[in-house]
Amino acid sequence: METTTTDTLIGITNLSKYFGTFQALKDVSLSVAPGERVVVCGPSGSGKSTLIRCINRLEKHEKGQIIVDGIELTDTRESLDKVRANVGMVFQQFNLFPHLTVLENLTLGPKRVFKISEKEARERALGYLERVRIADQADKYPRQLSGGQQQRVAIARSLCMEPRILLFDEPTSALDPEMINEVLDVMTELANSGITMICVTHEMGFARRVADKMVFMDQGEIVEISDAKSFFTAPKSDRCKDFLQKILSH
Amino acid sequence: MKRFLTLAPVAFLLSGCSNNWGWYVVDPTTTSGYNNLSFMISGAWNTILMSLTAILISVAVGLLVALPGLSEKRSVRNINRVYVEVVRAVPILVLILWVYYGLPQVTGITLNVFWAGVFALALSDSAFQAEIFRAGIQSINKGQYEAAHSVSLNYTDTMRFVILPQAIRRILPALGNQLVYMLKMSSLVSVIGMQELTRKANELVVSEYRPLEIYTILVLEYLVLILIVSSGVRWLERRMQTERD
Ligand SMILES: Nc1ncnc2c1ncn2[C@@H]1O[C@H](COP(=O)(O)OP(=O)(O)OP(=O)(O)O)[C@@H](O)[C@H]1O
Ligand SMILES: [Mg+2]
Repeated sequence: METTTTDTLIGITNLSKYFGTFQALKDVSLSVAPGERVVVCGPSGSGKSTLIRCINRLEKHEKGQIIVDGIELTDTRESLDKVRANVGMVFQQFNLFPHLTVLENLTLGPKRVFKISEKEARERALGYLERVRIADQADKYPRQLSGGQQQRVAIARSLCMEPRILLFDEPTSALDPEMINEVLDVMTELANSGITMICVTHEMGFARRVADKMVFMDQGEIVEISDAKSFFTAPKSDRCKDFLQKILSH
Repeated sequence: MKRFLTLAPVAFLLSGCSNNWGWYVVDPTTTSGYNNLSFMISGAWNTILMSLTAILISVAVGLLVALPGLSEKRSVRNINRVYVEVVRAVPILVLILWVYYGLPQVTGITLNVFWAGVFALALSDSAFQAEIFRAGIQSINKGQYEAAHSVSLNYTDTMRFVILPQAIRRILPALGNQLVYMLKMSSLVSVIGMQELTRKANELVVSEYRPLEIYTILVLEYLVLILIVSSGVRWLERRMQTERD
C-alpha cells in the first residue's frame, strides 16, 4: 500500500465502492503526483472505470478517502465544484453533444462556467482544436465526423476547461483500428505537455511510451503498482503475468 | 398538400346527398348563408387562442412536474406521481365545470370564461405533458449527463443546454399530438359559454334549426384546423431533422 506524501495531487486511501451488495472496489489506495502519467489496466469488470469515475465523482464511494489537490471529495457543493473544475474526463463513447456543432461543444463549458465572452471562448476553442488537428471541422456536427475525429474533439472539449487532471476511460476501444493512432498521438503529445493523466487503456504500446506508473487491477483490487519498465519486463504477480501474456499476444 | 386530399371523400359524400340536406343555411352566395358561415368561422379565433395559450401553460407546468419525477429520491418522485395520477383522473369536462363554478366559491377568485377554460385545459393536459417530458428526458443517454458533469456544468445548465434541447426534438411529435388533442378538447369549453367554434355552431342550430348541415360544417372546421396544425408540426420536425444532418 502506498502512502500519500505532500507531493500528491490525487491521494486515494483505502477506497471501497459498492453497487448494492456487490463490492466493485476493495480497499484501493493510490497516489498520483502532479504531472504524473498513470496507466490503469486489468481484465474486464476489474473496477478500472469505477476507480477513475470515483475520482471525478461520477460515482460516490462508501469507504475510504479521495483527496484531489488538497480537497477531500464529499457531498458538499464546494468540494464538488472544485473537483469538477480540476478534473476533466474523456469517455469511451466520446459523449459529444449531438445537437451542437464541434465549436459549440467546446465553448459551452467555458462560457457557462467561467462566464467568458463568446469571442474569447471561440478563440480558446479554436486553439485547442488546432492542437488536436481538427480546427477545419469546427462548424460540423459530431455525427458528420469519424470516430477518431470525434474523440479528438472530446479531448479538446476537456482541455477547454483547462483541468489539472485528465481522466481517460478506454478512449480508443470504440474506434476502428485505423483511427486509434490519431487519438493516441494526440494523447502522447498531451502526456508530454505536463498535464496529469490517468488513463484506462489496453494500448500497451502507448502505455510503454508514456506511463510513469502502471496500475494493474483485478476483481476490484489494485494488484500491482510499478513503473512502466519493470511492469512489462518483470511483473510480480501471476495474475498480472497472465494478463500481460494474453494482451500482448494479440 | 397531399394531406388535404383526405377531405375529398368527405366532399364526395356530401355532394352525393340531395333531398335531406338544406345547404342554403350556409350557402355563401346568399346573404343569410354568408352571414351564418362567417358567424361560424368567427369562432375559430377563440378556439385557436384558447388552445395555444393552454398548451403553452401546460408545457411549462408539465416540464416543472416532470423534473421531480426524474429524481433518485422516492419522496421527490412521489410529488410527480401524485400530481399525474390525480390530475389525469379528472375528466376535462368536469374540470372545466369545477374551475368555472366551483373555484370562485373556494378561492374567491372568479375567472372569466376564457381563462377558466384555458386553466382547466392546461391543468388537464399538464399531467400528460409531464409524462411526455419525463419519458423524453429519460430517453437521453446517461453519457450526456456525465459529459456535462465533466465540463463542470451545473444541474440547470445541464438541463437547459444539453438535455432539454435533445429531449424536445424527440418529443416534438408527441407535443404535436397534444396540440391536436387540445384543439378538440377546447370544444368542451362551449358548455360554460365560451364563444368558440362549437358554441357558435350550437347557437346557430338553435336559431336556424339545421343541425345536420351546421354540425357537418363544424366537423369540417375542426378537420381543416387540425390538418393545418399537423402539417405545421411535420414541417417543424423535418426542419429540425435537417438541421442536425
Ligand atoms: N452502475 C453499476 N451498477 C451495478 N454494478 C456495476 C455498475 N457499474 C459497474 N458495476 C460492476 O462493477 C464491476 C466493475 O465495473 P467497471 O466498469 O469498473 O469495470 P472495468 O474494469 O472498467 O471493466 P471494462 O474493462 O469492461 O470496462 C463490474 O463487475 C460491473 O458489473
Ligand atoms: Mg470500463
